[in-house]
Amino acid sequence: MSDNTKKWFSLNLNSKKKQNTGSCGCGKTSGGCGSHTKDQISDKEFDAAVDAAIGDERKKDGFDQVFDVQMDRRTAFRKLTASLVIGAGAISTSCNLTSGEETKEKAQIDWEEQFKGNYKLMTDEEKKATVDRLVRSYQLRKGKNINMSSKNAEKDVLFGYAFNISKCQGYMDCVSACVEENNQDRNSQMEYIRIHEMKDGKGLKFDEADDNYYHEVPAEGHFYMGTQCFHCDNPPCVEVCPVQATWREEDGLVVVDYDWCVGCRYCMAACPYDGRRFNWSTPEVPENEINKNQHYLGNRMRKKGVMEKCTFCVQRSRAGKNPACVEACPTGARIFGNLLDPDSTIRWVLNNKKVFRLKEDLGTEPKFWYFMD
Amino acid sequence: MKRLKVFGSLVKDSLDTTTQGSKKYHIWMAFLTFIMLIGMYCYSLQIEHGLSVTGMTDRVSWGLYISNFTFLVGVAAAAVMLVMPTYVLKDIDFKQAVLIGEGLAVAALIMCLAFVVADMGGPSVLWHMIPGIGVFNFPASMLTWDVIVLNGYLFLNISIPFYILFRRYQGKVPNPKIYVPGAILSVFWAVGIHLVTAFLYQGLQARPFWNNALLGPRFLASAFAAGPALIILVLAIIRTFTEFKIEDKTIKKIGMIVTVAAQINLIMLVSELFKEFYAPTHHSESAYYLFFGLHGKTALLPWIWTAIPLNVLATVLLTFGKLRNNLKVLYFCCFILFIAIWIEKGFGLIVPGFIPGPYGKISEYTPTGIEIGVTLGIWALGAFIFTILAKTAIKIETGKLQFRK
Repeated sequence: MSDNTKKWFSLNLNSKKKQNTGSCGCGKTSGGCGSHTKDQISDKEFDAAVDAAIGDERKKDGFDQVFDVQMDRRTAFRKLTASLVIGAGAISTSCNLTSGEETKEKAQIDWEEQFKGNYKLMTDEEKKATVDRLVRSYQLRKGKNINMSSKNAEKDVLFGYAFNISKCQGYMDCVSACVEENNQDRNSQMEYIRIHEMKDGKGLKFDEADDNYYHEVPAEGHFYMGTQCFHCDNPPCVEVCPVQATWREEDGLVVVDYDWCVGCRYCMAACPYDGRRFNWSTPEVPENEINKNQHYLGNRMRKKGVMEKCTFCVQRSRAGKNPACVEACPTGARIFGNLLDPDSTIRWVLNNKKVFRLKEDLGTEPKFWYFMD
Repeated sequence: MKRLKVFGSLVKDSLDTTTQGSKKYHIWMAFLTFIMLIGMYCYSLQIEHGLSVTGMTDRVSWGLYISNFTFLVGVAAAAVMLVMPTYVLKDIDFKQAVLIGEGLAVAALIMCLAFVVADMGGPSVLWHMIPGIGVFNFPASMLTWDVIVLNGYLFLNISIPFYILFRRYQGKVPNPKIYVPGAILSVFWAVGIHLVTAFLYQGLQARPFWNNALLGPRFLASAFAAGPALIILVLAIIRTFTEFKIEDKTIKKIGMIVTVAAQINLIMLVSELFKEFYAPTHHSESAYYLFFGLHGKTALLPWIWTAIPLNVLATVLLTFGKLRNNLKVLYFCCFILFIAIWIEKGFGLIVPGFIPGPYGKISEYTPTGIEIGVTLGIWALGAFIFTILAKTAIKIETGKLQFRK
């Protein structure tokens, strides 16, 4: 238990770090190689030191030494897992004569990824380690490099979004930009953004709106309204998750740890805004269309059976850029920015326009406002 | 050491008991195994291709699995209807039936857990949910409450009958001081598991169809009708096929419980329908979809209009003492009531919660063959487990299976 800060067990089979800190070139501290300089201590001192180190274990022998050790549940589980992993590893290594270095490394990465902890609870080093593993894994499998960030939320930043209903013409450039930016599954045509086409003169009639149109826009007598994840300040989806695989970051983004999600879809049932999407099968993106500029919490490749959603393009927004939908919008209907910055455009909109939010009666406090010119 | 020896012999004896039997028994078990294998194959397809092999989509994200889970929690909770009078109120009548009831609870709970696992997108990372090594979002998430109460109830329902049978097996009398506190606890626990499961849905402000205060009580009422109804049917079968003696009095008493619960359930149904249809709001759309269909989408109509008449018919028939005390009528009523509540609390509760969607979009749900295969497989698993438990329990209870020193 050299590293007690870790929240999960890791193997370190391929660790580059030297485990043994013995000063001798032979790597042993026992002195068997003969080049050790013997520390001069008397027998008495030696006994005292041994007593201090192992104490009452000295009186035990045989398996008592192994089984009669005090440990908490966590350590016990960790040791059990360790033996399991080592056993399985030993079997796979001994049965596989031809496995090369790369195969071993892949297996190592897969094990560590399988048993890693929840990203939300990781320290910065642990976050970096998992990102490195994912990058390396991609390199080993696809032979290509990706760039993945684990950038945390910045101080004094709270992201907010405003949507101008008067301006939107329903071109759906935001939708396709979002799909490309966020590496969404092309097979199931997963889209985070839905554009609702509504009839003029009827008000906001969502149930009569068409969110799946294939005709020329803007259609006569219609107006358009986009919905996506609203990044609520009081998100019901976060409350219900049994494993805390989804949470609200300091800068207000509601994110998912795809590797921690168990796929129960409770969050999906809890979301009043249809903001969440599920990978019903393995997501597929053509290799040449993959956006290689990724964030752990954002557009990295997902697997089947996990939840995903709009992250306000965390890989872009935390790098100081606008989300892809904002950048792609040809009409300027979409406004994104820092709510805590009094000079931001979003603050200007909130201060000068008559803004409203959807389903405010539910108390979810979305950070997504609508307004009209 | 002696206990271990007795336990070893019990395991050996029960293995002998469960592997030997009449031809009918063997055909029954082979049939269940066959269905389970089909279920396994369907599940392997689901593991390979993901949940896309089911009929669920982003619009209707829970379906047949969660429907059956919800219903079976009720069946499990119903064991309490037998436990309470026997252990707590010292009503001797129920004593033979209570072990059967608890066996049924164990089978139902295992089915519940199987349905939840089948519904998971990532069963390989389910350890994330284990308190201590994973991250357990307690008490915020109702699902974690459900994990605790279901597993706790499973433990109670395994340990109490096991203690009793273990004593009987050695020819000793079980000590009430040991099992009665457990039995009392399980009475409260049973109410707990069902209320918590109801809260799972009731707590979602996003789904107005579920977000009403009557859901929890209605769960209890329907559970205490459907569960004992199943127990009556099972007792009837056991009475015919084994030497286990169950008196008419016992069955009639359970029939009384079913009647009262079915009546309360019907009153609550009326109250619910009144609220939805007297002054319909935007939030009544799910109910409209369920009972009349919306914009020409009518997938659930055949289901609910089967359930409601069956429910009413059964309740009316049961209400008349003369009819209820005629065992043939009672069995018939229990059967149709069980079917009615399975539809009402499964499909009729889960699916309309998602329709219309948060923005009024109506997309319907139909389970696929693979989904149905897995579901049938899990039901077969439940029946298999129950048969094994009941066969051993009956042998011990009738004194045929005893520890030989």
